[in-house]
Amino acid sequence: MDGINSSNVVELRNITVQFENDVILDNLSLSIRDKEFVTLLGPSGCGKTTTLRLIAGFLEPNSGEILFDGVDVKNVPAHKRPVNTIFQRYALFPNYNVYDNIAFGLKVAKVPKDDIARRVDEMLELVNLKGFEKRPVQKLSGGQQQRVAIARAAINNPKVLLLDEPLAALDLKLRKDMQSELKAMQRRLGITFVFVTHDQEEALSMSDTIVVMDNGKIQQIGSPTDIYNEPKNAFVADFIGESNIIDGVMLKDRLVRFHNRTLECVDSGFAPNEPVDVVIRPEDVDIVHPDKGLVCGTVTSVTFKGVHYEIIIDVDGFKWMVQTTDESKVNDYVGLSIEPDAIHIMKRSEYSGTMGDYSYFSDEMEEISNPDFGSEETEDEKVD
Amino acid sequence: MKKSTNALLNAPYAVWAAIFVVVPLFIVLIYAFTDGEGNFSFANILALKDYWYNFLLSLLYSLIATVITLLIAYPFAYALSKTAEKTQRIQMMLVMLPMWMNLLIRTYSWMNILDKNGVINQILTAMHLPTGEFLGTPGAVIFGMVYNYLPYMILPIYTVMAKMDPALIEAARDLGCNGFNVWRRLVLPLSMPGVISGITMVFVPSVSTFYISQKLGNGKIMLIGDTIERQMQMLNNYNLGAALSLVLMILILVSMFIMNRFADKNGEGGMIV
Repeated sequence: MDGINSSNVVELRNITVQFENDVILDNLSLSIRDKEFVTLLGPSGCGKTTTLRLIAGFLEPNSGEILFDGVDVKNVPAHKRPVNTIFQRYALFPNYNVYDNIAFGLKVAKVPKDDIARRVDEMLELVNLKGFEKRPVQKLSGGQQQRVAIARAAINNPKVLLLDEPLAALDLKLRKDMQSELKAMQRRLGITFVFVTHDQEEALSMSDTIVVMDNGKIQQIGSPTDIYNEPKNAFVADFIGESNIIDGVMLKDRLVRFHNRTLECVDSGFAPNEPVDVVIRPEDVDIVHPDKGLVCGTVTSVTFKGVHYEIIIDVDGFKWMVQTTDESKVNDYVGLSIEPDAIHIMKRSEYSGTMGDYSYFSDEMEEISNPDFGSEETEDEKVD
Repeated sequence: MKKSTNALLNAPYAVWAAIFVVVPLFIVLIYAFTDGEGNFSFANILALKDYWYNFLLSLLYSLIATVITLLIAYPFAYALSKTAEKTQRIQMMLVMLPMWMNLLIRTYSWMNILDKNGVINQILTAMHLPTGEFLGTPGAVIFGMVYNYLPYMILPIYTVMAKMDPALIEAARDLGCNGFNVWRRLVLPLSMPGVISGITMVFVPSVSTFYISQKLGNGKIMLIGDTIERQMQMLNNYNLGAALSLVLMILILVSMFIMNRFADKNGEGGMIV
């Protein structure tokens, strides 16, 4: 085992998963370090659940290798892999009560009865379900079922815990609480979590590393702050948080031209006059008097969001989103003020020009009106 | 308001059940405890002891038939539930197809096939192989039961298998179960309600059949159904026939009760009783 890979508990190398002509994962490579909280983030159909199922062993790749601690697990079936999964709809066994669900893995492994009792007890304590041992799982609330699912997986001391959108079925409040609980649990257990979600806020608040995926490819890997502040392309910028993405030209280092204005920025390393995507986060824009604005436009909509107002401003036909605590009125002519360090420059990508203008609905909104667009679940079933 | 609506919806069946289920049961009871003149009598009950052999035979044959049907139906239903949806529809159609034909016609067909000069022996003769005597053997009767009642076993087992969430099976594999353990710890207990329904639906008609044993048994094998039919049709002894029917009903009731006990242990109720 070479030194570089020694801390990689799971490694995917050049994985391709294909169903007939549908490419689900396209030459994907990913390393997951020990004790890391990794989130696979992307819209439905991006291949994140497929990636999880590959690691679990429910699915074989068409090509590529999966390594656990540097060893190829091609011939290791799901039941022999040192990973456990928390399923999207929990998949608790309806024929067993809470105790027997949690004890299931240990019973299969023929652990002595006393040991099982002690460890189930510890787990019940960990997930705050003491006294629920004899309860049938169908009689539990969604949040309680969730905890049983966590306990049932974690009791087997897996090297890696795989979580497939485990919070998707919970109410907003409970989901927030479970986010911090899961994060705390990961630290306490000291194991690797691979967490799948389409919720960018969830990903940002829980992860050590976020893997942003789309169309079966990894778009960016990085820490939450990296991903948010330094998105690699228009897809990442648009998917993580809100972004205004404007066509621009990098005149030279630290000087960019867009909206027919030349502005200072902090990025460098581009070719002279290279066409680029300019990203400006809505919270980094200030609304000022037109005389003081770098660019000016007309307010077309104002939405109160609680903490701030979300204001859409039409600048020469491009619609900006601005988040600010100052109220504006529709049809006001205003100026936008942007600090140089709020301007982030990205290389052009296949996504350029398709997102980041608030004239339209999001892709997701369009997808749900498209009868040909399949959900990720149906794609996974096809792969099976 | 809602209660009265339910009562109203329920009324037609309640009336139906009263006229065609409860009243006939009483008539059977009255016949069983009276003689030919309508006087109260224990004679029929006392005469039952002469028929213990037929009861035993019926129980034995139907038990064997039920076990064979289960052994055929269970793996078939399990495998079928794993195939593509289209295959499942076509296969289930093929399973149900013979049921669209009348039981009598099906059994007559089998008589023709199994007969001394029937299809099987004709083929054997054509191949210069020794022919056999099939009709009138216990094997033929049990075969008839299995053939006729197999769909009733497949259907309920297949239904529970098809409904089973595939994520449960993945969860079991994820928690360390190999193929056999997945079946033993998860699929088997979850499929028990279907198995219980199937056993009920095969055992009850098998234990009371008279037609299959009469035709395929060639009159040589007298099951309890044949005995009852003989009392009713040929000897016109409705009283003894009723007493035998009564015992058969009690026998079935007890069997169902035992089955359900067994089912409850697995945490899921069966059907009936």
